[in-house]
Amino acid sequence: MLLPVLIFIPILAAIAAAAITSNVLRPWIMPVAAGLHFAGTLAVMNVNTAPIWGGWVGMDPPGKLVLLLISTLFLICAIYIVGYLRYRTERSNRVLIPCLLIFAAGATLVTCAQQLGLMWIGVETTALSTAPMIYFNRTPRSVEATWKYLMLSSVGIALALLGSFFLVYASLANHQHATLIFSHLVRHAGAANALWLKMAFVFLLIGYGTKMGLAPVHTWKPDAYGEAPGVIGALLAGGLTSLAFLAILRVDRVCIAGGLQSYTSHLLIGMGLLSMIVAAVFVLGQKDIKRMLAYSSVEQMGILALGAGIGGPALYGSLLQMINNGLAKGMLFLAAGNIHRSYGSKNIDEVHGAMRRLPLSGTIFMLGFLAIAGSPPFGPFVSVFTILNAIFARHFFFICGLFLFLLLIVFVGMGRTVLATVFGKTLPRKRSINAYHDGLMTSLPLMLSLLLILILGVHIPSFLTHMLRQAEAFMQVQP
Amino acid sequence: MHWLIDTPLVLVMLLNLFMLGVSRMRSLIYSAAVQGVVLSLLPLLLEKQIGAMIIVVAVVTVAIKGVLIPQMLHKALLDVQIKREVEPLIGFLPTMLMGALGTALSIAFAAYLPMTQAGSSTLIIPASFSTMLTGFLLLTTRYKAITQVIGYLILENGIYIFGVLLLTAVPFLVEMGILLDLYVGIFVVSIILNHITKAFSSLDTRRLTALKE
Repeated sequence: MLLPVLIFIPILAAIAAAAITSNVLRPWIMPVAAGLHFAGTLAVMNVNTAPIWGGWVGMDPPGKLVLLLISTLFLICAIYIVGYLRYRTERSNRVLIPCLLIFAAGATLVTCAQQLGLMWIGVETTALSTAPMIYFNRTPRSVEATWKYLMLSSVGIALALLGSFFLVYASLANHQHATLIFSHLVRHAGAANALWLKMAFVFLLIGYGTKMGLAPVHTWKPDAYGEAPGVIGALLAGGLTSLAFLAILRVDRVCIAGGLQSYTSHLLIGMGLLSMIVAAVFVLGQKDIKRMLAYSSVEQMGILALGAGIGGPALYGSLLQMINNGLAKGMLFLAAGNIHRSYGSKNIDEVHGAMRRLPLSGTIFMLGFLAIAGSPPFGPFVSVFTILNAIFARHFFFICGLFLFLLLIVFVGMGRTVLATVFGKTLPRKRSINAYHDGLMTSLPLMLSLLLILILGVHIPSFLTHMLRQAEAFMQVQP
Repeated sequence: MHWLIDTPLVLVMLLNLFMLGVSRMRSLIYSAAVQGVVLSLLPLLLEKQIGAMIIVVAVVTVAIKGVLIPQMLHKALLDVQIKREVEPLIGFLPTMLMGALGTALSIAFAAYLPMTQAGSSTLIIPASFSTMLTGFLLLTTRYKAITQVIGYLILENGIYIFGVLLLTAVPFLVEMGILLDLYVGIFVVSIILNHITKAFSSLDTRRLTALKE
């Protein structure tokens, strides 16, 4: 019964946060709830959780991985947000904090939902709770970004629902009493109608792909990530995208069991490469540091989809990359948030010399860029190398070459923006009442993430390797 | 018995065409509400044994699609005290023709798809597809933010019609969850609508152009 507790911790905390009237005390509920959630997550990792509630709720290996990532990221962001909101005392956080906690509850639900409809409800909950966070700043630009996010993601999520219905309709073909539980769907997929199953996968890939930010349905991403506070960007780029990836993997598994392996893998590879190409084009000459991070996220999602499409060891690398990307992107967004706060701008025309003005955030922003671009000794190097190796072993030389070329373009594009941000002469600081300095609460989460990415780059702990292997084996089903 | 289910489906498809051609925002909201009510009655007509769960779902759907959401949209419309016209990117007649063509194609396409359940009405899938198409047309060819929300609502209506085919498979809780999410979704959207009105003093999405490459 640990899983329901894990879902209810953030819900109770959200109710408590809505009840607290003090704007200064309210943020402190975040680290408390996130700490409890993290402790619960660690407990879940160690026990073997059998499905409960008629098979609706349970843990599968990829779900476990995503839960561990989300809980860690949520804890990091929860510490950060206490420090961040000290600089935002002029704005009420009575909506923001409960929404963040509901996001965590929805995310937990997605990781342990073993039923198609329940998983959809979880993803929709995270999508809706994100909207008020994006327009926290209440500027016309943030309202515009929220509008575009809401419209695109609502349509995306509606298409995912349609895809889910198609999947159920396909499995009605064998005139059995159909259920929406994944293990049943996988078991009976062989008898399902192939045409409806194919249509289901397309709609589910487009629908959840919108949430994940795969091209061509990624267009909300730069707007939302650009206008939301950095900490929200961190949760979206590291958390929400991983949840959508998990949803796609689970559906992919049903289709593989239905004998559509080559069909789904072609679609995933195609969308993955397209995302990488789009990201490479738009990241060049990007002057807004948060939008640059958004395009980097599109690229990362492309890598994940590509790895999942190739399968086998590439999927192993893809899942590892999901963890690395979650931590590194989270760190980059938090550092970018600090820089934005200090300069009052996120455009490289106005932001120079961040390393001098904010030695810690500036340095970590630079290191984060190196990490996400795939240079050693950070975690993403290992996972990208694993994926490349696997593609090479399958003799997909063209994909391999394109992959390397696109990585290089993104490296150059991001590098120019990042170098302009951290080096150069810093302008004299404008006098204002609450000018930003790196404090304990806003720099500790950065250092924590950096440490984790370094550890993953040097040596992957054995428990994680074990979980990754299990997830890889989980995805290999026989038609 | 098929006429019992086919009649409301034909009504739904006619409403689709009407909504593409209508120029007053208020008529558009009312038609969407009527369509929602007609849809929520479909499960009652289709099921041979009507249990308590089906009645509860139908009542909640009528309340949400027929009353609560139209009310929210109507209020959002009243808050903007300016032009109450729809303002299309592509004219009313061309979109209506596109809608009609789409309906015809939906019927043709659905005939080509294998039916996995024998005995159900053959109009359900075409009605579902043409309604979704209408939603997409409204979403993409209209400038006003409210019209785009109605487009989304109609897209959701189309998906709901498809869901009628799966009455036995989709559990009660999931159906209620989907409805609740739809309601909360439109609620959040109407709050943002309010902010768009304040920030841009209009609901014209052509003004939302600050963010682009």
